[in-house]
Formats: sequence, C-alpha cells, structure tokens
Amino acid sequence: MLYFIEQLLNGVQLGMLLFLLAAGLTLIFGIMDLVNLAHGSLYMLGAYFAATFAAATGSFVLGAVLALAATFVSGVALEVIAIRPLYGRSHLDHVLGTFGLLLFFNELVRLVWGPAGMTLSLPSEMLTAVQIIPGVYYPAYRLVIIAATLAVAALLYILVMRTRLGMLIRAGASNREMAGALGVNIKLLYTLVFGLGAALAGFAGLMQAPILTVQIGMGENILILAFVVIIIGGIGSIRGAFVAAIIVGLIDTIGRAFLPDLLRAVLNTNAALTLAPALSSMSIYMLMAGILVFRPEGLFPAANR
Amino acid sequence: MIRPLIAGTAALALVASPAMAQQKTVKIGFISTFSGPAAAIGNDMRNSFELGLDHLGRKIGGLPVEVVYEDDEIKPEVGVQKTQKLIESDKVDFIVGYIWSNVILASLKPLVDSKTMTVVTNAGASQLAGELCSPYVFSTSWQNDQTPAAVGLYMNQKGVKTAFLMGPNYAAGKDMLAGVQTTFKGQIVGQELTRWPDQLDFSAELSKARAAKPDAIFVFYPGGAGVQFVTQYAQSGLKGQIPLYTAFTIDDLSLPRLKDLAVGVPGAQEWVNDLPNDANKKFVADFKAKYKTTPSFYGAQTYDAVALIDSAVTAVKGDLSNKEGMRKEMEKADFKSVRGNFRFGNNHIPIQNFYLQDADKTADGGYALHTVSLIVKDDQDKFHDKCPMK
Repeated sequence: MLYFIEQLLNGVQLGMLLFLLAAGLTLIFGIMDLVNLAHGSLYMLGAYFAATFAAATGSFVLGAVLALAATFVSGVALEVIAIRPLYGRSHLDHVLGTFGLLLFFNELVRLVWGPAGMTLSLPSEMLTAVQIIPGVYYPAYRLVIIAATLAVAALLYILVMRTRLGMLIRAGASNREMAGALGVNIKLLYTLVFGLGAALAGFAGLMQAPILTVQIGMGENILILAFVVIIIGGIGSIRGAFVAAIIVGLIDTIGRAFLPDLLRAVLNTNAALTLAPALSSMSIYMLMAGILVFRPEGLFPAANR
Repeated sequence: MIRPLIAGTAALALVASPAMAQQKTVKIGFISTFSGPAAAIGNDMRNSFELGLDHLGRKIGGLPVEVVYEDDEIKPEVGVQKTQKLIESDKVDFIVGYIWSNVILASLKPLVDSKTMTVVTNAGASQLAGELCSPYVFSTSWQNDQTPAAVGLYMNQKGVKTAFLMGPNYAAGKDMLAGVQTTFKGQIVGQELTRWPDQLDFSAELSKARAAKPDAIFVFYPGGAGVQFVTQYAQSGLKGQIPLYTAFTIDDLSLPRLKDLAVGVPGAQEWVNDLPNDANKKFVADFKAKYKTTPSFYGAQTYDAVALIDSAVTAVKGDLSNKEGMRKEMEKADFKSVRGNFRFGNNHIPIQNFYLQDADKTADGGYALHTVSLIVKDDQDKFHDKCPMK
C-alpha cells in the first residue's frame, strides 16, 4: 500500500510536467488555432537557459527566474518573426513551418551550447528523500515540482478566469473577429499568449532539467505525450489539460510499475521483462484512441469550438 | 629514336602513376552516432580514429587513407541502410565502428554477405560472439556479458547478498542483465528493463528498487541515460542507503556532467585512461593535447582499430584483395593495444583483463576515472563455443 502511494506520487509528478507543456500547447492551439510543433524547442530552451544562468549566478532559483523571463522573451520574438506569417493558413502549413523551427532550434542549440549537453545541478539539500507519511519516502525535488506546478496551475486559473487579460483571451478564443471588432488588439493578444505558452514550456523544461539533464532534442518525445494530453483533455481547455495530464501520468507510471509483475504471473520472466515496457508505453495511446472514438471532442470540450 | 621512346615511357609513367595511386587508397567506412545526445560518443570515436591516423602519418600500411563517416541515429534501420551504402556505392575496404548492439545485429547480414572486413569498436551483442560470428568481423571491444560479469565478481567480493538489476530494453540491456547473473552468487530480488531510448525518467523503477530492499543495485545505462540515471538515483536519496554498481554507465564522457554524483560508484571496464603502458600514455596525452578533453573507452577501442587495420594491410603489402591474408594477420592481434596486449578468441572477440574503476576529484578541481584493481585476468566470453569458427 505504501509502495502504491509512492507510485501514485510518481504518476502525479509526471502528470504535472505534462500539464505545464500541454497548457501552453492548448492555449496556443485553442486561441490562435496554431499547431505548434516547436513547443518542445521552447521547453529545451528553458532548460538550457536555466543551466546557463544557474551556472553564471551560482543560484538555482535565480537561474530559474532569469530562464523563465528569457523563454518568455524568446517566445515573443519567435511569434513576431516566424509565427505571424502562419496565421490564417492551413494546419499543414503550421506543421511544416513549426517543424522547420524545431530543426532550426536543435541546430542553434548545437552551435551555441555544443553537442554534449549540460547539467543543472540541484543544491545538495535537495538530494534527499522526504518522509511524507510514515514509511513513504519521496525525493524532495519531485515534491517541489508538484508544489510549483500546482501553484502555476492556480495562477493560470486566476489569470484566465479572473483578470481582464484573461477575459480578452477567452473572448479571442470564442470569437476572434468579434473581439477584434470591439477594439481588442488581437495582434498583441496573440503575441502575449504565445509568450505565455513559451514561458510555461520553458518552466516545464527548467523544472525537469535537474532530473533529465539538458540535451538537444529533449523536448521531442515529451511533446508527443503533451499532444496526447490535449487530445484527451479537449483542445483549448486548460482544465481538460490538467485532468488529462494527471490521467496520462498515472497510466504511464502505474503501467511501468505493475505491468511487469502482472505479466510475470502468466509469462516467463524474460518475455514479461521485454513485453512490459512495450505494453505500458502503448497504454496511453490506446486510451487516446478510445477517447477519439467515443468522445472525439475530448473529456472537457472547450465551449464554442 | 631512343630519346622519344624514353620520353614516351616517362610520359606514360606520369599518366599512369596517379591512376595507380588512386587505386591504392585504403577506403574506410565509419559508422557511429553523430546526431542527438549520443553524438558525444560518436565524436569521441571519430576523434580517436583521426588521432590514430595522425599517429600513423595518415597512412595505413603505407597507403593513403580515405574515411567516410556515416551517422546511424541510434536506429537499426538507419544503420543497415548506411552500411549498405558504404559497401555498395562507396565500395569501402573496411567498415569500422558501431556503438549499439541492435544496430550491428541489423547490419551484420550485408557485412557478412559482402565479406567486408569489419572492426566493431563497441557493440558486443552475444549473437556476434556466438552463432553469428564471421571470419571477416573482428571486435576491439568485448562481448556484452563480460563487463557486467566482472561487476558481478566484484559484488561477490563485497559480500552483496541481494541485488536489483536495471537496464534498457534492447539487445545490449538484456545481455548485460544476463551477464551479471552469470557470476553474481547472491539472489536477484527484482529486475527491470526500461523503454529505450526514449525513457529518461526512472521514478517508477527507483521506487520499485527501494521497495525491494536489496543490498545493491546494478545498472547498465550507456551514454546520456547514464547521467540521468545516476542523477535520479542521488535525488531519490538512495545513494546513502543502497550502493550502486555499474557497467558502461559512468565513463569519461558522463563524468564531467555527473561530477560528485559519480564519486564512489564502482564500475568495471577493460580500459581505463591511467593504464600504465606506453601506447596508452601516448594516446591519452596526445588526445588531451589535440582535443582538450579526456578520451573515453569508446575512443580507446576505436583507436585500437586503426592499429589493427594497419597491421593487416602491412602484412599483405597493400594488396587489399587478399582478405584471407588480412584475416590471418588480424587474428594474431599483433599491435600495441592501449589496454595492454590482448589476443583474439576463435570468435574474434578479445580475451582480455577487466579492471575495477572509480571516479575521483583531481588536484586541479576536475574529475577523473582511475584503475582500482584487476577484477579478472584474460577473460573470454562464454559464447565462443557456439561460434562455428575454430
């Protein structure tokens, strides 16, 4: 039972990371109708910025704050320079354009930071496990990730549901032309939303950097999972992204944790060992396929879409 | 009458000699990973190969050399395609490289069918040592089981009674987990294969290891995955509780990124940068001078390949069509290896020593791997009986 709680926490932690990525992706897709394959590159940039700034300032927290600002600025610059010409064009053009950006960013990072990758070291007091309830130890840094992401989710909720900017974002999402006709500067709004999405991706990247290390192409695999999350959650819905991210995180982790033992009961050890990782990685895609068949709009379809 | 004849002959010689020289080039195809995170390994191998050629004055057996580098992208299907390209369109005399066991296994058929002289400088799939051994395929590395088997011996010495094993789910991962079990006398309380190469977060598996309460954890995570695993092992707070034993997880490429986290984590290897032989001293010193970094075992094995090929081409006096002659010479392993000399088994896999290595802080504030002790002397892989070559 205690072991089960530990694995649940692992699942929630993975879900939190996926939420950060998926929230930005779903904001950009839902409001700007833009398919952004370069979202993973912003995640990578966040991690590289954090590693660089943390090394320069000697402080993890200061490095993280600077990196967050830097990814926001990068996102805004990217939108102005490269994304604007893509608006109003077909999704295929979006995919081609942003895939080109993904390759560009990988090469850019190779030129600037070199091919070997970087390490973002945690302060030594983070290299420990905390006893949360008697008998359950959990890595301190992963608890920090869960707490920080919950805080970000709450801030995002307040921003979108309780502020004037959020109202404009929601207005732009439900009817772009009408919002524009009423005097909302849609161009500026899009730039801000893209910057916000970039900052969320950058935050995910910098939080994950100490666990996964920083390397070229680190955003690509995780981006696929983030797309799965927004499809399950309902495109454009931040609430949907939150719920779906936790579901996907839990399914992936629980599958990895318990499937090998279950399979071992029916198969020989070697077959079970080989089959389990393959099956557990398939499980979330099977869930996505099921959702697409029975609820193609996702669990929480965004209104008016 | 005579003068024009001489002039004519001279002119003919002038025309003919560049053509002959062109024919007499040793063409080497080199397959490794040059993109993605594992490019760090590929670059180390390429740098070592180039250094090896420099040390021979850019000549193999006295002939000029041309090297064609190809990237396998860690994908078996790309590896086999690049192998076929090197054989069919570049018509290379030798193929060198291969980091990954699944890539060499996929590429083996075209290599063997075309009888291309091949030197595998890392991948050590068990099939390659056993039933799929070939007269034209040599290895300057090891068979996958040998290194973890040496770690298993060391775990016995340390009195480890129960162990939890982890590795990635591909050919080498399976070999490694099997290898440690051939020598480790204690009980295996759990083993996990993780998705490869895309799984980089080991939280679920580390929780499992903690719950299994073993005396020790043994892992095999090559390249960047090793950095990730050792980092997460430290973050999970297990470092003080359950000791870690490794194969191919901490090397000269990952050490600068792991720093303190790697100190005190033992591993086994057939080559360490401080092995006290002259060939190695020259290799390590010149590598550091040229590339401003320390070579890894991947590089050392690849550097040895240059000398091995040179010995073969020298023995047949540059007649590259004499594959039998080259094969016989290579079987003697008559060159100065940076790991100290070794001999080949019947399956063309080295019979060699394995050492215990550890990481330490150096005087200048950096980190370095060093040899602690010899674990096993003249070790031969256990698959050589299955190889039909005698």
